[in-house]
Amino acid sequence: MSDAMHAADRSAAQFAGGRFPRGGRAFWRSLEEYSRTPAFEELLHREFPSQLDQWNDPIGRRRFLTLMAASLALGGIAGCTRPPQETIVPYVKAPEELVPGKPLFYATAMPRGGYALGLLVESHMGRPTKIEGNPEHPASLGATDAIAQASILSLYDPDRSQTVMHRGAISTWDKFITELSGQREKLVASGGAGLRILTETITSPTLAGQLRALLKELPESRWHQYDPSAPDNARAGARQAFGQDADVVYHFEKADVVLSLDADFLLSLPGSVRYARDFIDRRRASGGSGGMNRLYVVESTPTITGATADHRLPLRPSQMERLAMAIAARLGVEGANTTAASPPGVSQQWFTALAEDLASNRGRSLVIAGAGQPPAVHALVHAINAALENAGQTVSYIEPVEAQPVIHHESLSELLRDIDAGNVQTLVILGGNPVYSVPDSYEFVDRLAKVRERIHLSEYYDETSFLCDWHIPAAHYLESWSDARAFDGTATILQPLISPLYEGKTAHEVLTVLQGQTGRSAFEIVQEHWKRQLGNEDFGRAWRKALHDGVVAGTEVQASGEVSAPRLDEVRGPRSEAGDQRVGNGIEVEFRLDPTLGDGSLSNNGWLQELPKPLSKIVWDNVASLSAIAAQRLGIASGDVIEVTLDGRTLRAPAWITPGQPDDCIGLTLGYGRNRSGRVGTGVGYRAASIMPAGGSRFASGATVKRTGDKHPISTTQNHHAMEGRDIVRVTTQQRFAQDPQHRSESSHGHELPSLYPEYDYTTGNAWGMVIDQTACIGCNACVVACQAENNIPIVGKEQVAVGREMHWLRIDSYHVGGLDNPETYFQPMMCVHCEKAPCEVVCPVAATVHDSEGTSNMIYNRCVGTRYCSNNCPYKVRRFNFLAYTDETTPSLKLLRNPDVTVRSRGVMEKCSYCIQRISAGRIAAKLDNRPIADGEVITACQQACPTRAIVFGNLNDQRSEVRRLKESPLNYGVLAELNTQPRTTYLARIVNPHPDLPIPDAAETHGEAQVHAEPDKAHS
Amino acid sequence: MPQIFHPSTNTIARASVFGGLALIAVAVYAGNAFLRSSYVTQVDVVRDQPVPFSHDHHVAGLGIDCRYCHSTVETSAFAGMPATEVCMGCHSQIWKDSALLAPLRESYEKGKPLKWTRVYDVPDFVYFNHSIHVAKGIACQSCHGPVDRMPLMRKATTLHMEWCLACHRHPELAVRPREEVLRFNRSSTRQAGTVSDGTFELRRPMARDPELVRQGEELVKQYGIATKQLTDCVICHR
Repeated sequence: MSDAMHAADRSAAQFAGGRFPRGGRAFWRSLEEYSRTPAFEELLHREFPSQLDQWNDPIGRRRFLTLMAASLALGGIAGCTRPPQETIVPYVKAPEELVPGKPLFYATAMPRGGYALGLLVESHMGRPTKIEGNPEHPASLGATDAIAQASILSLYDPDRSQTVMHRGAISTWDKFITELSGQREKLVASGGAGLRILTETITSPTLAGQLRALLKELPESRWHQYDPSAPDNARAGARQAFGQDADVVYHFEKADVVLSLDADFLLSLPGSVRYARDFIDRRRASGGSGGMNRLYVVESTPTITGATADHRLPLRPSQMERLAMAIAARLGVEGANTTAASPPGVSQQWFTALAEDLASNRGRSLVIAGAGQPPAVHALVHAINAALENAGQTVSYIEPVEAQPVIHHESLSELLRDIDAGNVQTLVILGGNPVYSVPDSYEFVDRLAKVRERIHLSEYYDETSFLCDWHIPAAHYLESWSDARAFDGTATILQPLISPLYEGKTAHEVLTVLQGQTGRSAFEIVQEHWKRQLGNEDFGRAWRKALHDGVVAGTEVQASGEVSAPRLDEVRGPRSEAGDQRVGNGIEVEFRLDPTLGDGSLSNNGWLQELPKPLSKIVWDNVASLSAIAAQRLGIASGDVIEVTLDGRTLRAPAWITPGQPDDCIGLTLGYGRNRSGRVGTGVGYRAASIMPAGGSRFASGATVKRTGDKHPISTTQNHHAMEGRDIVRVTTQQRFAQDPQHRSESSHGHELPSLYPEYDYTTGNAWGMVIDQTACIGCNACVVACQAENNIPIVGKEQVAVGREMHWLRIDSYHVGGLDNPETYFQPMMCVHCEKAPCEVVCPVAATVHDSEGTSNMIYNRCVGTRYCSNNCPYKVRRFNFLAYTDETTPSLKLLRNPDVTVRSRGVMEKCSYCIQRISAGRIAAKLDNRPIADGEVITACQQACPTRAIVFGNLNDQRSEVRRLKESPLNYGVLAELNTQPRTTYLARIVNPHPDLPIPDAAETHGEAQVHAEPDKAHS
Repeated sequence: MPQIFHPSTNTIARASVFGGLALIAVAVYAGNAFLRSSYVTQVDVVRDQPVPFSHDHHVAGLGIDCRYCHSTVETSAFAGMPATEVCMGCHSQIWKDSALLAPLRESYEKGKPLKWTRVYDVPDFVYFNHSIHVAKGIACQSCHGPVDRMPLMRKATTLHMEWCLACHRHPELAVRPREEVLRFNRSSTRQAGTVSDGTFELRRPMARDPELVRQGEELVKQYGIATKQLTDCVICHR
């Protein structure tokens, strides 16, 4: 095990002692760096720990020489062969519009948690290869998130279920039809008694129509829903407040002050991609009408929303209701308990500033409650928004988008009661994996066993399939005809990009069997539904337009002014007793969807498994987050396996000390601990659902935590590629920037630095450059996966990451400032900055990395011999080396995934960000064919395209009117390590924060915006 | 003290020094010659094809435009290969019973594509784009040779990187007026760098026609060919 992996352990005793004063202005990335443990110093000074560790390799000298001689001989022989003879296979009948060598884009949508995210999917000769957002779709606006980007890998996953299974034996779809058709007669006779259908959240109008028709035909049957990500509390809260169902749509673009009570609205809502755009558009220094917004976040386990906040406050989840009540009381909400006081841990100053800010921004503020918070908090938030006159302004209420809005845990309980009563003979589970996702407290597995016939449709032969009689392989959404609705109700017709690779079926087709309409395709069913909606007249045209645009025009739900004024009767009851009953003794446990893996349905996706968590940068694991104080009290270090016991159920999980975690609160994430996921996801992490309480609550108190003495190695990339305490991240406040906007430019363009290398004239032609706005970066990871998908970047596995060999070209560094209790967090996406005076290029002995005339630094893979000198000489640590043959070149389905415009790298080759040179090349050729210059925005990089907040801007610096040029002239613009005179083409805009004037300004911005770092210069090596 | 070495050793030593050097030189020369031989480059080697298609007959004899079959040559990286139905456009009427065309008919009837053997193949790390070359005045003939006189398809050029670079360094020696891109010329009257059969080959400066060079330079300007950029590695490798 490497030191990198266990550096965390040794620091346990040191971090908590407060070697560093709180509020120091030093940036740090991890606890080891915070406390400057010897292990960290060693790691830092070895710079490439991975490459030294290999001396532990047990291969002896003789063996080494034998191998070398053999490989030399074999390599020589291999060099004498001719390249393989290739064939050209033209079509028999060429499809219309298909130009070989040019991709086509089709509009569709990814349903996740039931809600649609509009996509444009790139297809090369019938192979979908890359996912982009659909600019015309309200939930996307052209951007995507990490999970949508990664979902293309799941399409080609060789572990997806490939055949119908019946009681563990391979069967066929026809046999399934025969069997079920036989049962149908009995069902029709009994009116469907004993038939139960369990789905996840359904927004698909067609599927809902089918289900309703079935329920009508078989009135004794029932439709239940259970989705681990269903917004049960929000649903119940709306019912409490309004007495009816309502979905909330937020208008962050209108909000000047935003308060989030445990809501991770930048990442985990169905509309998050859109919300992130709207929210960040109000934070740019350069644009945005009405000035910069201010975000207050009160949360427990740190999220990216908390990291983006101007004021973040850690608070145990159970205290949120008390805080909400206190705010309501302070703002004079009718029905609020006027004696409510803010909970301990919320300073009076903070509370007053927040309340004043909200009160003075009536109609322009926005309060949002987290999905994990109990209904009462949601109801309170509705009342607060109403009192602040935000309803109809920044918050609007619409008819639920869900086809049948239910409270999922209640729906599930109903089903289980029916099973116990012996009323369920046939259970059809359409999608989802309830055996895994339903908390153990429901004893779902035992109940499932009581059902006579269990049918499960899913993409994988998973935990639930294993316990069902029939398993039907489900088609991936890129293989399916279907439809789905977005957070605002906009409908999208899903069209398939490819025929099902493994004979997967859609839920539509499974339902046809129950409906006795076997043989109807999903296409027919979906088209028939929309024929009814769009009208027969000129239907063909309307249908094609809907498919082409990726949205069905006019389907968004209009905000209804009909919701009644929120009532708090149900909320006031329990809260009037001053005590916090729910805050019992012991430790609180919070359950969240995993920030990279979500609910775990994509756990066999290697891209998501190896995607570093936004804050901890942990890969291939989920951890139990706990605060430094709690860890010290319990004698736990990061990586220690702890036992968390809640209501008699016990879970073993590796502990991870998380800066900013409230004390006495342990954060667990769902989505891991799968037993039957596939080669990638099986057995990774712990299953938090095993101790999750029943009901809608996503937190519980009264847990006990015990050390087990075991260790679990955790791989995190947080300490890799450290740029060792230089002026990397710059932060200033909005107020200071407004007073003295030019200040920055003076400090960053001080004096000309000398250079040994000759100047090159880049003033003619294109000069590519990039600006990354750190104010806009929310650390959501969409760009990281987009880069991986676009550039055929392999995954390496947990052990390889532990030794620092991750291959991501683009990483998001997160820097902290301040104490461990509640540090500020700053994200900085870092990839090759394309230095004009690139230190890597001059050291390459074979000129495998060189500049082109447009100023990009390029890797020429076929020249690279793998000396790794370039990587050693790169001050930004952005070069990645293929130590082993990471790319899977044998699995046939994965070959279909690769971007044909990018070379697949093999072992021994260095690689790095290329500014998506294949896209530049395509844009350049397109422009040259028309004899015109490349227009601004014509060439966009994969990361830029995926970014929900448009934090990344790429373009031609020689184009006076380009966006990138405009941003380069911003006073906030600076080059990281520019003092080395590398003249990076990628520069950054300093982060602007907008603290309340009465509250302390962030530590990072303290000394005139210059964050100084604490690395002793004598120890710094370059 | 007796002499250890016989006087003849001197000769042997001299011979082995020079012989060794000569041997290295011969080996380098032979290796070089081998790598450039048509055994390795496959230049002028006719490949087996499912149907013995004659460009000679179709292009020179019938006067069919290149783009009738290679329809995406002006729009895409890949010039395009005709779908079976394109061939059948004519061959359902003429030569419809020819035994040579049996595989074609079978393909059409069974919906099974023909598998042509690639004649021009660049390594996977080379990203060649037909459309831009054609648009900027590089003739089919410059790379593919006198296709109109090839009864069976063969490679006319080595596709060695040095050969590509010769043109990328001196595009003025290879560009033609656009309207002549698809024509096959017998002589070297249109390009400064062309040898007799129309294939591009870099000639020594002395052998270039200054008038053609001047014409070429003008075309380079007119077509907006960024000469500086043409030798960037990433123009072809990425």
